[in-house]
Amino acid sequence: MIADILTGAIRSGTSVMIASQGELISERAGVINLGTEGSMLCGALGGFAVTVWTGNPWIGTLAGGVCGLLISLIHAFLVLSCGANQLATGLTIMFFGMGITAFFGKNFVSQQIVGFNPVPIPYLSDIPFIGKILFNHDPLTYLSLLLVPLLWYVIFRTRLGVILRAAGEREEVLFASGINPKLVRYLAVLAGGFLAGIGGAQLSVAYTHSWVENMVAGRGVVAVALVIFASWKPLKAMIGAYLFGAAQALQLTVQQQGLAISPYFLFMVPYVLTLVALLIVERRKQSQTPEALGKVLAGSG
Amino acid sequence: MKIRNNGLKSMIVLVLALMLVVTGCSQPGSNASTSNGGNTNNSDQSVSNVVAGLDSSAVGFIFVGTKDDYGYNQAAYLGSVAVEEAYPDLKVIRAENVPESAEAERVMEQMIQEGAKIIFPTSYGHLEPALNVAKRHPDVLFYHQGGLKTAENLGTYFGTIWEPVYLAGVAAGKMSETGKLGFIVSVPIPQVLLNINAFTLGAQSVNPEITTNVVFTGSWCDPGQQANAANSLIDAGADLLTLHQDCMKTVVETAERSGIMTVGYHADANELAPNGWVTGSEWNWGDLFVDMVKVGTEGQFKGSKYDGKYRGTLADEVVKLSTFGANVPAEVQQYVEEQKAGLLDGTLNPFAGPINDQSGSVRIEVDQVLSVEDLESTNYLVEGVIGTIPQ
Repeated sequence: MIADILTGAIRSGTSVMIASQGELISERAGVINLGTEGSMLCGALGGFAVTVWTGNPWIGTLAGGVCGLLISLIHAFLVLSCGANQLATGLTIMFFGMGITAFFGKNFVSQQIVGFNPVPIPYLSDIPFIGKILFNHDPLTYLSLLLVPLLWYVIFRTRLGVILRAAGEREEVLFASGINPKLVRYLAVLAGGFLAGIGGAQLSVAYTHSWVENMVAGRGVVAVALVIFASWKPLKAMIGAYLFGAAQALQLTVQQQGLAISPYFLFMVPYVLTLVALLIVERRKQSQTPEALGKVLAGSG
Repeated sequence: MKIRNNGLKSMIVLVLALMLVVTGCSQPGSNASTSNGGNTNNSDQSVSNVVAGLDSSAVGFIFVGTKDDYGYNQAAYLGSVAVEEAYPDLKVIRAENVPESAEAERVMEQMIQEGAKIIFPTSYGHLEPALNVAKRHPDVLFYHQGGLKTAENLGTYFGTIWEPVYLAGVAAGKMSETGKLGFIVSVPIPQVLLNINAFTLGAQSVNPEITTNVVFTGSWCDPGQQANAANSLIDAGADLLTLHQDCMKTVVETAERSGIMTVGYHADANELAPNGWVTGSEWNWGDLFVDMVKVGTEGQFKGSKYDGKYRGTLADEVVKLSTFGANVPAEVQQYVEEQKAGLLDGTLNPFAGPINDQSGSVRIEVDQVLSVEDLESTNYLVEGVIGTIPQ
C-alpha cells in the first residue's frame, strides 16, 4: 500500500514537478509567473495536438514546450519590456491560457493518440518495493528525474547559475560585468514557460492520453506555490511536487480502504498541504528569497 | 527589506485566491438571480390561453460540456441531431459549454429571441436557471434532463439507466477473475449511488463474493484525477473498471494500457479498448427527443406523458446496453441477453429484496416494490461496496 502511494506520488506529481522546476528558474531571475497554469494548458493542448498530427509523442512534447514558451513570452514582454505588474500580468496570462486552449481545443476532445506508455526498466523494475516506485514510468518521468540534479548543478555550480541568481539578487553585479539582466530574465522566463509546457504535455501525452478543457485544473498554480515552499531549491521543489502527488494518491487509497473520512476533506488535502507550506515559509527566515522577486525591473539595459 | 516582504505577502495572498478560484469553479451556482438575464418584451403575459411550445420555429439545446466528450453531452448532442434530421424546417440552436449558473439563463433568453419555444436544458444543474426562465416565458416549453422538479411549462425526462448498468454488472461479474471491481464516480448524488448499487448487485448475481471499490473524484471530468483514480484501483487489484463521469476516455485507455477490462457509461467506447472492453450503458435520446418536439409543437404538452417526470426505460430503448467487446465469450453474452429478457418481461427485478446496505441493515425488504422515485432517492451503498459516501 505504501508502495502504491509512493508510485502514485510520482505519477500524479510529475507534471507539477516539471512545471515547478521551470517556475524556479524564472523566479531565480526575479520574475514570478502566475501564468504557469496557462503555459501548462497550452503545453497540454499543443503537445496533444501535435501528437495527433505527427503520431510522434516526442515531437508532440517538444511542441508542447514551445507552446508554453510562447505564452510565457507574452508575460516576459509585458513585465520586462513594458514594466507591467508581474502578478497582475501572470493572472491575465493564466486566464488567457484557459480561454485560448478552450477555443482551439474543442476539436481535440475525442481524438486518440499514441502517447507515452510506462516503460519498465529491465532488472531495476524487478527490485522489490523500489522497482515499482521508481522504475516503471513513462520516458518523460525518467527525464524529469534527471532534470532536477541537472538544474541544481547549473544553478549552484556553474557560471550560468551565478548569472541567473545575480539577475534575481544583485543586478548591479551583472551590469558591472557587462551582462544585460533584462536579457537574462527574458531567457529565464522563457525557460520556465518551456518547462511548464512540457509539464502540461506530460499530463496530456503521457499520463492521461486525453485533452479536455481546463484539464490542468490548478496544477500550475500549485507549481508556483511549491517553488516558494521549496525556498527556490530544485530538490525541495521536487519533494514538494511529489508530496502533492502523494496527498492525491493517499486520498484515493484511503477511500478504497472504506475509512469514514469524507473524500471532500481528502480532496482538500493537497491544497491544505500547499497552504501549510506557504505558512511555514512566511514564518521562516527569508534570506533565501531572491531580492528582486516580484519587483518590476528597476534599472534597464 | 520591507518592500520585499510585502511583495511576498501579496503574492501569497494572490496565489491563495487563485487556488480558491481554480478549485471552487466546479461548484454549481444554484440560485441564479431572477433579475438577471434580459427582460424580454413579454411583460403582458396573459397566462390563460398560452400554449407552451405551440408552433415553435426553433428548438434550443444547451449542453454543459462539449458535444464530443465520449459521454453525457455527446449522447444529448446526438439526440439534437436526430431532431434536426426529423424536422428539416425547424431551426436547431445549440450551445455547448454552458455553465450551470445565471449564464445559462442568458443563453436561454437568447434562444427564445431567436424563435425557440422549445428548449432542452440537458444538465442537472441547468434546472434552476430553466425554472427561472420558464416563469418569465409561459409560452416556452422546457424539457429538462434528469431533474426532479417540474413547472407548468417545464417537464423533466430521464431514463432508467440502472437497468443496463445492472446488466453490465452481470457481464462484469462473469468476466472478473479477481472478484474486485473498481468504480470511479464524481459526487454522491442519488443517481450515482443508484448506479453503483445496480452494478454491484448485477455482479453479485453471478458471484456473491464480488466487491466493488468506489472512489469519488469530486469532478465530472478531470483526466488527471481519473488517471490517479484508475491507477489507484488497478494497484489495489481491480481487474475491471467502470465509471460514472461525463468523460471516460482517460479511464478506458488507462485500463486498456494496464491490461484490465472496462465497462463504459454514456457512450460506446469499444474502439478505445479493443482488448478490454466488456460492454456499457448508453443513452439513446434521438427517438424520444423527436417525439417530445412533436408533442410540443402541436401544443399537446399539457396532459401528455412528458408533462411531469418522464422516465424512458430499457423497453422503450431510451437506455440500452452497449455492444460487447471482442473478448467477451459468446456464453457470457448469451447469459446477459437472458437477464435482459428477464428485465424486459418483468420476471427479473434487480432490486428484489432483501438487500442490505454496507452496514448490514436491510434497506429493501422481501416483496417490497420500489417506485422510480424511491430508486432515484437512493442514499446508501449496498453490501459488497467498499468506499464511503462523502458527507
